[in-house]
Amino acid sequence: MVFGLRLKTYIFLVLIVVFSSSGNILLSQGMKEIGAVHVKSAMDLLRLLVRIFSSGWIWMGIAALLLFLACFMVVLSWADYSFISPASASSYVVVPLVGHFLLGEKVSPLHWVGIMIICVGVGLVRHTAPSTTREE
Amino acid sequence: MTLRTTLFLVITVLANSSGEIAVTRAMKDIGEVKDFKLAALLTVFKRAFRSGWMRLAIGLLAVGFFSLLALLSWADVSFVIPATASTYVVGGLGAKFLLGERLSPARWAGIVLVSVGVALVCTG
Repeated sequence: MVFGLRLKTYIFLVLIVVFSSSGNILLSQGMKEIGAVHVKSAMDLLRLLVRIFSSGWIWMGIAALLLFLACFMVVLSWADYSFISPASASSYVVVPLVGHFLLGEKVSPLHWVGIMIICVGVGLVRHTAPSTTREE
Repeated sequence: MTLRTTLFLVITVLANSSGEIAVTRAMKDIGEVKDFKLAALLTVFKRAFRSGWMRLAIGLLAVGFFSLLALLSWADVSFVIPATASTYVVGGLGAKFLLGERLSPARWAGIVLVSVGVALVCTG
């Protein structure tokens, strides 16, 4: 399979944003089901760990974050870190938007401003060359 | 902000950005991934996790993770989490000076905006 550099970078950026957002949403869903935690003894901690690791949400979250790490590693084999790191901040836009439109969560005016600033920043970064160290 | 909070904030930001820079170093040493078949990808990951840079990265990211956890146990979350958004700017400096990436003014502007935007989104 042969892809252009920019195209394959974009494909992996989308995967990074999808896996990191869904990983965080799944983990927080899992922890919400477990509820507020008060750990007072080693036994409490052990019980908590058993509950965490017997949750399907947590395992799906871990799987999503492992896929995120794999995609992050692969894309960094050719792309600049200073390109990928800010560009993948789109997940800070996706998570509240999913929360707002699918789960009915409220987004404060300050957060809307933040979301717009991130979009402009990611847009600027996306217009730069994905790799400045690659030897052709 | 106490001295302890400042210190742990600096450790969190430095450990996370340098950890990701070490991941980048490990992957640049391996070279551009061109074969996306599962077997080929598994070989890439096996090689990556054997490299010294990747082990350093895992160590640094673990330090960053636990220092953030420690920070959250006493410091004000509504200040600490937004402040960690400075990782993008620190990471940009690391990319320039440690990885030799060429950051154009447009990329710097984007990095600063992302950093400000993430800080705002993370406020309580």
